[in-house]
Amino acid sequence: MQQRKAVALISGGLDSMLAARVVQEQGVHVEGINFFTGFCVEGHTHAIRKKDKAKSKRNSALWVAEQLGIQLHIIDIIEEYKDVVINPKHGYGAHLNPCLDCKIFMVAKANEWRRDNAFDFILTGEVIGQRPMSQRKETMPVVAGESGADDLLLRPLCAKNLPPTLPEREGWIDRDALYDFSGRSRKPQMALATAFGFEDYSQPAGGCCFLTDEHYSDKLADLWRARGSREYELDDIMLLKVGRHLRPRPNFKMIIAREEGETKFLKGYRKAFTSMNPVSHSGPLVLIDGDPTEDDLKLAASLTARYSQGREAETVEVEVVRDGVSRRLVVPPMPAHKIPPEWHI
Amino acid sequence: MKKTVLNARRLLCPLPVIRVQNTVKNLGTGEILEVVCTDPGALSDIPTWCRINGHRVITSRSEHDEYIITLEVGDGAVQPAR
Ligand code: SF4
Repeated sequence: MQQRKAVALISGGLDSMLAARVVQEQGVHVEGINFFTGFCVEGHTHAIRKKDKAKSKRNSALWVAEQLGIQLHIIDIIEEYKDVVINPKHGYGAHLNPCLDCKIFMVAKANEWRRDNAFDFILTGEVIGQRPMSQRKETMPVVAGESGADDLLLRPLCAKNLPPTLPEREGWIDRDALYDFSGRSRKPQMALATAFGFEDYSQPAGGCCFLTDEHYSDKLADLWRARGSREYELDDIMLLKVGRHLRPRPNFKMIIAREEGETKFLKGYRKAFTSMNPVSHSGPLVLIDGDPTEDDLKLAASLTARYSQGREAETVEVEVVRDGVSRRLVVPPMPAHKIPPEWHI
Repeated sequence: MKKTVLNARRLLCPLPVIRVQNTVKNLGTGEILEVVCTDPGALSDIPTWCRINGHRVITSRSEHDEYIITLEVGDGAVQPAR
């Protein structure tokens, strides 16, 4: 009998890992596909923050692929994904996470890949009821239908709760050996992981990307408001992951490095922004995003001084670099109680 | 043997891996690719990617905050990724 081929959406979490293994166990050739949207929690933060350095820096999707012994294709969808984030047809979840549109988009991309590479079907680790927005009984057919994958989309972990798909009807897959997981409980997944001998897997709590994070979404919403348009570039969304963000005036915001790793990362952006750093005392590198006036720069310098070792000093000397021209401002550090909480984004 | 150099400086993971993947697609078996990155995550991700896709890491070293990974392209048992 011809060996069938399936492409598995691998997020790096446990569910897609299990789903892929269930199908592998049935003798199907499985390869993984993983999408990089720019918002993925993976990688970046580990690389940026020194305090995270001790944590494992592995990429979960690659790690999962290695555990499964499958090839993994990582696809950069940064550009195309913008439309999903900016105009989600099905709206957002609790924050700026367009989970349902995101799922539809990813399954559609996987289906394109499947066609181009002559694979037979697609599989995901979705479980009915697992996530309030994108993984409900009603959304399962929406994802299958709107992505164009239709009944070539198999969800091995909850297939028994859904109508049989083509791979099941054709006998490529034995439906009886699939699962009927549903609801938010993680117990069945954990039991199956144990049965397969998987250990040390990652279980992202909120979701697979920064858009499910309240603070991150606030910063993105602020960026859109300040620019007057819902657009972004990769550098914008990377910078939202780094530093303390303060918007003292509508026309500019400050990105203040919190530690050495962030300073190093922000240094790479110095040419593109006005930057500040205390010189009379040690203190953070600060990028100014926007178009500050001279008064704004003085205000920003006194805030920069506030986050330096000279916060108790009378004055702090701050270097300001704008359009490649460096000069120094001597300012009193702004007292903490004078910083309105709403300046913190 | 032909050597290609890939500049993946300032890219954060998984972008260096994606660049490697897309470059290797256009190289033949036995060709050498040298990747220069600044994200230390690449030291783990690129070798993992090589292992699962049938390529071989020859050396991996760090020099002035940069990480240089040299790999030999495997025998084409790899599905072209788009
Ligand atoms: S959490 Fe992020 S990556 Fe995951 S489905 Fe939602 S929007 Fe997509």
